[in-house]
Amino acid sequence: MIEEVGTTTEGDLIINVGPQHPSTHGVLHLVITLNGETVKKVEPHLGYIHRSIEKMCESLSYRQFIYVTSRMDYLSSHINNQGCALVVEKGLQIEVPERGKVIRVLMAELTRIASHLLWWGAMGMDIGAFTPFFHAFREREAINDIMEETCGARLTMNYVVPGGVMADIHPNFQKKVNEFIKLLKSKIDEYYILLTGNIILQERLKGVGVISAEDAINFGCSGPVVRACGVKSDIRKIAPYDGYEKVKFDEVFETAGDSFARYMVRMNEIRQSLSIVEQLIDNIPEGEFQAKTKAVLKLPKGEFYSRVETARGEFGVYIISEGGLTPYRIKFRSPGFSNLAALHHMVKGSKIADMVATMGTLDLVIPDIDR
Amino acid sequence: MFIVDYIKDVYNGVTSLLKGMRLTGYYFVHPKEIITQEYPEVKQVLPERFKGEVVMRHNENNEHRCTGCTACELACPNATIKIVTKFDITPDGKKKKALDVFVYHLELCTMCNLCIVACPTDAIKMAQTFEHSVYDRTELTKVLNKPGSKLMDGVE
Ligand code: SF4
Ligand code: SF4
Repeated sequence: MIEEVGTTTEGDLIINVGPQHPSTHGVLHLVITLNGETVKKVEPHLGYIHRSIEKMCESLSYRQFIYVTSRMDYLSSHINNQGCALVVEKGLQIEVPERGKVIRVLMAELTRIASHLLWWGAMGMDIGAFTPFFHAFREREAINDIMEETCGARLTMNYVVPGGVMADIHPNFQKKVNEFIKLLKSKIDEYYILLTGNIILQERLKGVGVISAEDAINFGCSGPVVRACGVKSDIRKIAPYDGYEKVKFDEVFETAGDSFARYMVRMNEIRQSLSIVEQLIDNIPEGEFQAKTKAVLKLPKGEFYSRVETARGEFGVYIISEGGLTPYRIKFRSPGFSNLAALHHMVKGSKIADMVATMGTLDLVIPDIDR
Repeated sequence: MFIVDYIKDVYNGVTSLLKGMRLTGYYFVHPKEIITQEYPEVKQVLPERFKGEVVMRHNENNEHRCTGCTACELACPNATIKIVTKFDITPDGKKKKALDVFVYHLELCTMCNLCIVACPTDAIKMAQTFEHSVYDRTELTKVLNKPGSKLMDGVE
């Protein structure tokens, strides 16, 4: 969909936000045309941290390329890895053992909670509230500790391998996750007292950055952005993978399509993810955590696609294989890119401060957009 | 009616702010809830799976388990490892391939663990170090097999 952008007239001011502006996330560069305080046009410029990840993956083997995707959406790195492993498993028809699947789902949901917590803290910062950041990081730290113990890293875990997971869970894993569930349950209400119920937040988010369901679909938005318009889009529900069909959870919807709706979708998703973790943590099936695979993986000639739901939306991996050791072409469909594309449509005509708030609720992770 | 709504709005607004302030105040007077670690005075003990740096296992006789098979070198996505092999003469006069130098470029390593998984003899492992800052990047290129070390008996 081609958006008609406002023309520059006499008296308009063009300013650069970023690439290092503290109120943007990461190295995002926005060229904004302003008329007074009103935003006429927002133009994202990409390329500051382009690492040509797709090209890089074409020279790596099917075991090696998975780790690179941790460097895209680093807040959902586990879920990205999972998507890549899924496409390799699809190509080679590897059946992942139940235990491996459950461990993957547990880790993915913990990652989702950690990602939403970080977003919540950063969201507060975007609109000028500093305290939530510390509260969010306190709970996120507990997840990071769990990750560190089992996967060996806090952010770029690289725990998923084709056929399962790299190592079995740490003996302390279940105990620690149960402690974390208790901790988060006692703290999650604090988030509502601290920020959600706060009059300043509500006034700044309600009715701001509105997008209709139709436009959101046309822009290719996914994840909480499109669910805030009431569109069914959760890949975990539409095309379940790794045993999501067996767990009970609700897809979270809002209908308003504004910033506050996106805020509420993410807040409620934390609870849903927590309930998935709760269902699975004491029911991890016994058995192998990894299927037996050949030392050298070669995908048959053909095209393969798989998609997963990351914390930000739909992440897709598309591989064309010529039957060799490395992919012939690889394409990632990252959720942040399409969500950013809708920014201009959401904020044109509103005030510049509202733009920052709207950007916060889009939950942009720049390496995911600019890869 | 307008006045009533207005007062209601003000009342709700002020109470929402006060609720938040009360929570902040609670943490202010409960220092026990603070979880900050005073690094570098207090250093956390990292879990044994933490991926900090690749090191080679050596036993007390300065023997390692690396046969120089280069499986780790091939598994590494970043060309971090370079294995240099040599030929040893076994007691019965045969030539045998053995490890000469195991070069490890810490500055290129992404701690992905693929080399550890690939090693058939369990010769390398991850160390729990994390303070890797140096003044010159050449200091990050390391030789992992200790000087004078040799292959452990019985490792093929
Ligand atoms: S951890 Fe990964 S990047 Fe580092 S040496 Fe091993 S395989 Fe290479
Ligand atoms: S460390 Fe292991 S994989 Fe690497 S050369 Fe030595 S024996 Fe082979």
